[in-house]
Amino acid sequence: MNRSPYISNAPSVSIIMFKVLLALVPSILAYVWVYGGGILVTLSLATVTALSTEAAMLKTRKRAIKPFLFDCSAVVTAWLLALALPPLAPWWLIVVGTFFAIAISKQLYGGLGYNPFNPAMVGYAVLLISFPIIMTKWPAPLILAQSQLGFMDQLHYIFGNALPNSVTMDAVTSATPLDYLKTQLTLKHEVQNITESPIFGTLGAKGGEYIVVAYLLGGLFLLQQRIISWHLPTAFLLALAFISGVFHLVNPAQFASPLFHLFSGASMLCAFFIITDPVSGPTTPKGKLYFAAGTGILVYLIRVYGGYPDGVAFAVIFMNICVPLIDANTQPRVFGHPK
Amino acid sequence: MNAIINFFKKLNNTASASSIIPSDIIHSSEVFKFNGGVHPPENKTESTQHPIEVLKLPKKLVLPLRQHVGNMPKIIIAVGEQVLKGQLLAEAEGAVSAAIHAPTSGTVSAIAEAIIPHPSGLPDICVTLIPDGLDEWIAKPVMQDWRNADKNTLVASLRLSGIVGLGGATFPTHIKLRANGKSGVHTLVINAAECEPYITCDDMLMRERADQIMQGISIAQHLLGAENCVIGIEDNKPQATDSMRAACVDIKGISVKVVPTLYPSGDARRLIYLLLGIEIPSDKRSTDVGIQVFNVATAVALYRFFTLGEPSISRIVSMTGNVQSPQNFEVLFGTPVQDLITAAGGIKSGTSHFIMGGPMMGFDLHCSDLNHCDVPITKASNCIIAATPNLFAEPPPAMPCIRCARCADVCPVSLQPQELYWFAKSDNFEKARDYQLFDCIECGACSYVCPSNIPLVQYYRYAKSEIIAAAKAKEAADLARERNEFKLMRIEREKIERTQKHAQRANTGAANINGANISKAEKNTEKRRATVETTEMLAKTNTVPPLANDETNQRSANEQVAKKQAAIATAIERVKALKAQTSNDVKTNSIGLSTAIKDENLQSGVVKTGTVKNSEITEQEKPKKQAIIAAAIERAKAQKATAIAEGDAPKNTEPSSKTIQAEIKEIDARRKEFLPKHKE
Repeated sequence: MNRSPYISNAPSVSIIMFKVLLALVPSILAYVWVYGGGILVTLSLATVTALSTEAAMLKTRKRAIKPFLFDCSAVVTAWLLALALPPLAPWWLIVVGTFFAIAISKQLYGGLGYNPFNPAMVGYAVLLISFPIIMTKWPAPLILAQSQLGFMDQLHYIFGNALPNSVTMDAVTSATPLDYLKTQLTLKHEVQNITESPIFGTLGAKGGEYIVVAYLLGGLFLLQQRIISWHLPTAFLLALAFISGVFHLVNPAQFASPLFHLFSGASMLCAFFIITDPVSGPTTPKGKLYFAAGTGILVYLIRVYGGYPDGVAFAVIFMNICVPLIDANTQPRVFGHPK
Repeated sequence: MNAIINFFKKLNNTASASSIIPSDIIHSSEVFKFNGGVHPPENKTESTQHPIEVLKLPKKLVLPLRQHVGNMPKIIIAVGEQVLKGQLLAEAEGAVSAAIHAPTSGTVSAIAEAIIPHPSGLPDICVTLIPDGLDEWIAKPVMQDWRNADKNTLVASLRLSGIVGLGGATFPTHIKLRANGKSGVHTLVINAAECEPYITCDDMLMRERADQIMQGISIAQHLLGAENCVIGIEDNKPQATDSMRAACVDIKGISVKVVPTLYPSGDARRLIYLLLGIEIPSDKRSTDVGIQVFNVATAVALYRFFTLGEPSISRIVSMTGNVQSPQNFEVLFGTPVQDLITAAGGIKSGTSHFIMGGPMMGFDLHCSDLNHCDVPITKASNCIIAATPNLFAEPPPAMPCIRCARCADVCPVSLQPQELYWFAKSDNFEKARDYQLFDCIECGACSYVCPSNIPLVQYYRYAKSEIIAAAKAKEAADLARERNEFKLMRIEREKIERTQKHAQRANTGAANINGANISKAEKNTEKRRATVETTEMLAKTNTVPPLANDETNQRSANEQVAKKQAAIATAIERVKALKAQTSNDVKTNSIGLSTAIKDENLQSGVVKTGTVKNSEITEQEKPKKQAIIAAAIERAKAQKATAIAEGDAPKNTEPSSKTIQAEIKEIDARRKEFLPKHKE
């Protein structure tokens, strides 16, 4: 029996997943600063749901529980989903979303390494379709909110679905810039006027842009650690910037600037954390470029012409479907074979 | 800017690959990077602290006959015979084979199966030699100056040298030099990369015997008619580089190029690309584009043979790892590994096993006793590592592939290892082939970086051997089918002839009073005709597979005997068939059968449905059929051996089904450990 190579120099799957979690920490901190501590509750709830669902499914499928629970992949899914959900969401929404992501989208397809779709995005899409009102009701960043919700108030809202007596729902929520832009454009307002609203910041959403910058920093850390390859974020961001740039140049009154699109919604999260999921993405270098660029263009089209304010989840799922096709048609030239 | 220039140069080179390489590429320090590669911890300094030491004469030498790629050589000595140092023990048999010589003087004590250094751990035929301690040389041939001798004679004499590629591929050198300038080899590449961790035998050889290497190179260049020579050394061997540069300073046409330390730069095709920017097409050999590759140790062996008249009887071996004093030794072939360990001060505590070769492509030695490892050193043994669980940790259980494509990033052949793994695992061999599985050089870089600890190389070996086995079976089946079709044709013809004869007999029947005698005579003629036909048929069968020219003399004596037996068997069968006088309405449809065995079963099954006497035919037919199938398999093996051997690196050196079975079992076991009831 030839068991060479005898040596190896590879981070384990757990280490890779752990580094992804680590890269999310800055954005979580930013999140807490912008929206309050409620996100920590959401994250914990998603984590517990993900791990218990994973364990239960592994047991049902008669697989070893320990190694797969400690590979941290379920936690990554849980965190990504939690970060994509509105910061103030009832507990059952988080539980249902996470359960769907882990049980249906991951384990029923064969568990780690076998899911054709990004589990977090499937969970998100299911929630968005099933509960559109809750899913599009975002609280205003603390700096903009008329009434500030304390951590205990947020906790109470998450588990009891109740606000303090003096506070109305409208006082804590506000439209996200992407949403606001969309509705205002239908009212024949021009982009220049719309973006004068206080909910817009320098780059994207007021407050929200800090989280976005934190995603970017976390992403750069992942690049530096060689956890993700440069192809995906680069192609995604370039494609998004390109298509939004073209539209913006043609009609600046109707279409927002590329900078706004890059730093709004889930663009950065998508570029560095969502499309970089290796399992549901392509493996060839060229394929990664096509995949990411395709996602970027779809995100933009859904934002501008679709029924939802952001389009990351649907764009990613759609591109996931194309992965086998992309991989099969982008095989690199093998050494010694004709060019 | 430089990158752009390189790019155009590269384009230019690949386009005109067969033409002479521009001398600026040969003499510049520029290297062409191949895709991927890994840089594992080198661990080379340990064994380079002391000069090469000549190992003292062992008490016993065990010389495996199969130390090279190709046919097993023919033993020409007998047990009990006294032999002298350098005396021929076994001579090369067939085109691809190498001779074995006595590494010292002594008595042949046994010719029997013994343990050999092979991943399978299976024994093989070995000659055991008990040294007499005199180390007395046989009369060395008087070597005339090779510069003035006839090249063909020189290369022919090389067949007696026992020299094989000492870099690890062990391909008989006389075949690689046979080109003789005619094939247009213009550049000789000397592989001194030594990219595997731990191994330092080439490094030390270059430091200490650069002059001998240069002389060997000159001989090889002379024989090949190659005007250029590039020596490729990894940049982690500065002393060797200096020593080699100093040795070739006065020699025209030789240049030393330093390549980055990046495994597997020592793979011949990768090295050629690194040095010259030429990609050898996947379906061609390096000699097709005028490049031949030799290892430095092989060059020294050439020098020793052509100037000193010494055959290949020893090599440099690194003894390293968990031993008291790691060092390089000059070791006679057949020396037990234990002698090296003792010379290196013995093993340190914690040693769990020994690895032959490097940690990337080496394999476990099967020693029954850690303190007495009697596996012999062979021509392929470049390094022995005393391993501990600390140095080479047991890999954690394999996890599922997460498609991270790190394997693809490091693959020096630009394959997609994650796809190949997927295909191999699901027995989708067709797809694996489409994705160029056979371009895989099994370097192990993919496994080295796999976060899921998947034994990728083992999966590729498994898939390769399955594909080869299927191809072999198909070949045998085709042969059997063709044979059968011919047989049916012959039966049909005989039937017609018989009918004609009956008609004739009916015409002249009244005139025949003594019918019995005539019938007897007739039977005799039939018998004679049958023998003639058998010979014809055999002749046809033999010409069925297109044979390479040099393969005719490659057929083993066994095969000849088998053929004769087959001929006799057919003759007997023929007579019986005539006796039976049955209608012979045998219908078979063997077309499209996948294996020879199936084919045989079906045929005999169909024939058995005939008369009782016909079943006798099948009984008689069996040995012949088996002989022919065996011959076909043998031929296929020989063809494969040639194919492997003539490539630069052995693409699959383990066709042994036992090994494959063991590997599959191991992979399955690992898989099951983690996925207890996985139905894949």
